[in-house]
Amino acid sequence: MSTATIGGHDVHVDQEGFMTVYDEWTEDLASTLAANIDIELTDEHWAAIRFIRDDFKAMGETPTLRRVTTVGGIPTKRLFALFPKKPAKKMAYIAGLPKPAGCV
Amino acid sequence: MTMTLEAPVPVFEDEGSGRKLAIICSKGSLDMAYPGMVLANAALGEGIETHLFFTFWGFDIINKETMSHLQFTPLGNPATHMPPMLMGLPGMTSFATHMMRKQIEGIDVPDIPEFLEMITDSGGHLWACKMSADMMHLEPEDLYERVEGIISASDFIELSEGAQTIFI
Repeated sequence: MSTATIGGHDVHVDQEGFMTVYDEWTEDLASTLAANIDIELTDEHWAAIRFIRDDFKAMGETPTLRRVTTVGGIPTKRLFALFPKKPAKKMAYIAGLPKPAGCV
Repeated sequence: MTMTLEAPVPVFEDEGSGRKLAIICSKGSLDMAYPGMVLANAALGEGIETHLFFTFWGFDIINKETMSHLQFTPLGNPATHMPPMLMGLPGMTSFATHMMRKQIEGIDVPDIPEFLEMITDSGGHLWACKMSADMMHLEPEDLYERVEGIISASDFIELSEGAQTIFI
């Protein structure tokens, strides 16, 4: 874990570039992170990001895709459309959270 | 004074890697159905094209009649670490099945129908084996509605070209 800048802010990130300190994340940063991976955030993206941020805070771990669907109420198909190919990791990256650890 | 560097950006798209996975599910017991489901789901979450081919006893996973009632038997399974004599007692299979279902549910893993729904929503492809369908006298309408087709072994060989293949 080291300090690096994202959008002009000093933050802690891991080797891959995932932010590692929950409270360093801001909504402004999210837009920069999303742009880094060619995603333009819409309201639907925001709903997913806010859900996984809140869920992380409550549960202490990044929710799996299934949880975003069953608890967060966002259909799996939409998640793949919003965050193509690797939705769980892309969501976590934009939301400033670690990659989900669960198998399912 | 040290300069703070711009944060790295994770590499999400392995453009052109074209990785593809084919999983042959040949067993229909509860404990043998899950590995295929879990791997398929994980691969899809990594953006990998994934095909599941159900054959022989694996048909139970996509047969509407049986898919919700897969069973686990400890009989002849040394990994249960239980005396073999006891495992053959009446009711042992349903007891063991019940226990395993509870454990699976306890770690928030879906049952088979929901798992297949999640896999296909994630872009996974389900195929049924023609020879098994013929042997068991099953028609497309007997199978889970998201199965894309009943295909021959050679069709499967064609569609799995370039895929890493896992046989379960």
